[in-house]
Amino acid sequence: MIATIVAERRTALYEQHVAAGARMVDFFGWAMPIYYRGIVAEHDRVRATAGIFDVSHMGQLVLRGADALAAVERVTTNRVASLREGRVQYSIMCYEHGGIVDDALVYNLGDRYMLVVNASNCDKDLEWIRSNISGDVTLEDHSDHTQLVAIQGPAAEAVLGRIVDVDLSSVAYAQSLQLDVLGKRTLVSRTGYTGEDGFEIYGANDHAGPVWDALLEEGAAWEVEPIGLGARDTLRLEMGYHLYGQDIDETRTPVEAGLSWVVKTDKGGFIGRDAILERKKKGARERLTGFELEGRGIPRQGHRILVDGEDAGVVTSGTYSPSLGRGIGLGYVKTESVKAGGGKIGVGAELAIEIRGRAIPAKTVRPPFYREGTVRSRKA
Amino acid sequence: MGNGDLRYTDTHEWLNIEDGEVTIGLTEYAQGELGDIVFIELPEVGRAVETGDVLTTVESVKSVSEIYAPVAGEITGANEALDADPGLINTDAEGEGWILKMMLAPDADLSAFMTAEDYKAHTKG
Repeated sequence: MIATIVAERRTALYEQHVAAGARMVDFFGWAMPIYYRGIVAEHDRVRATAGIFDVSHMGQLVLRGADALAAVERVTTNRVASLREGRVQYSIMCYEHGGIVDDALVYNLGDRYMLVVNASNCDKDLEWIRSNISGDVTLEDHSDHTQLVAIQGPAAEAVLGRIVDVDLSSVAYAQSLQLDVLGKRTLVSRTGYTGEDGFEIYGANDHAGPVWDALLEEGAAWEVEPIGLGARDTLRLEMGYHLYGQDIDETRTPVEAGLSWVVKTDKGGFIGRDAILERKKKGARERLTGFELEGRGIPRQGHRILVDGEDAGVVTSGTYSPSLGRGIGLGYVKTESVKAGGGKIGVGAELAIEIRGRAIPAKTVRPPFYREGTVRSRKA
Repeated sequence: MGNGDLRYTDTHEWLNIEDGEVTIGLTEYAQGELGDIVFIELPEVGRAVETGDVLTTVESVKSVSEIYAPVAGEITGANEALDADPGLINTDAEGEGWILKMMLAPDADLSAFMTAEDYKAHTKG
């Protein structure tokens, strides 16, 4: 049973959620909607037209100063120097030992950089970044006065277009800009976590409510509705996007996590570089791998992964995929086990997921699981 | 579901007891808590169970919920329709969405179950 808990922290949209009949849960101390109408219906809405998400619990950390670029370059693994003004990139932060501190979107806002981080990690990230930067740079936490509303789905451009002052078709994927949203200057980026085209709108606390209401009203023709964290999770998992605390954490490096593509080891000194290089040289003993169930059942976090009946790993994220109608998941699989089984990780290797004592057949799949998404490009 | 004696458990099963056979399902309240039910493992017909045994598992997108044997007995039937459409539990939890039938053991104890009224009060708390 899902327990309803009254969490301490509320977003500016709390009243909207309650009024809309949301089932609220405690999400790392935040009272957040898990669903309104139902996870599957909300998931399908985003794939079909568009839905809106309150993700105001996420953290916004801002770095300014002459040495801001150097600081962001040092604490994140992707190449910040090539991030042009107005662009957004996916990146991660790593500890000296190579384990992952958090993943983040990095915005180059011209006079400053903004890191958008997981709610569950925001305080930890703030302290960790602070202790690792120096020179002419200030670090500010803007989370408390920044609300984040996402509109995601093929109709997102059409719906948001009705309350902004520019033609959104000219906005590229992973581009951000200051727009007039309902007459107020607002940071908007063409980004998201669903595999569909969409935008994220960073509003002031008193602006989030009007934006939320306007998107619902202007989106009525597309049946735009609010989407809870439940569907946010099924949407992201259908794309194979990582979730911190499940698929990535401080115990594994980006080499195991399949995130080497955001680690630019040639860019010079950043935290974790030596450990990551070492791990790359030695080779990962396990790899984060996507899989689809061939038998009936739903994989869940913590289920064992088997190869030829032997323990070969663990599921880190699993769900029923509403789009595919079957169980999908991500999990760490020992590379040796897969090779010994004659398979190749990521492409059709035979596995089994142990669900309540039964081995349910599965095969590895290179994500995305869902391939019809309208997102323009995965990589910034 | 029939004209028998309808009872409820504190683990959110309903029981319809009729001539020594009991039909068991998940309550309307429980299906609402679980959300979209997308998978159920149908219980094995012929299995003898003790009170408190796990009869089957119902899964929604987000969570897993077990159905416990409220009484001892033998499983005599399972709702095959749920195999193709587990969502029947959402649309008609206490009717078409029934899960299984059991023959009660001779010494099965039915005294502890709640009436509809008691259960309603229980789920409000």
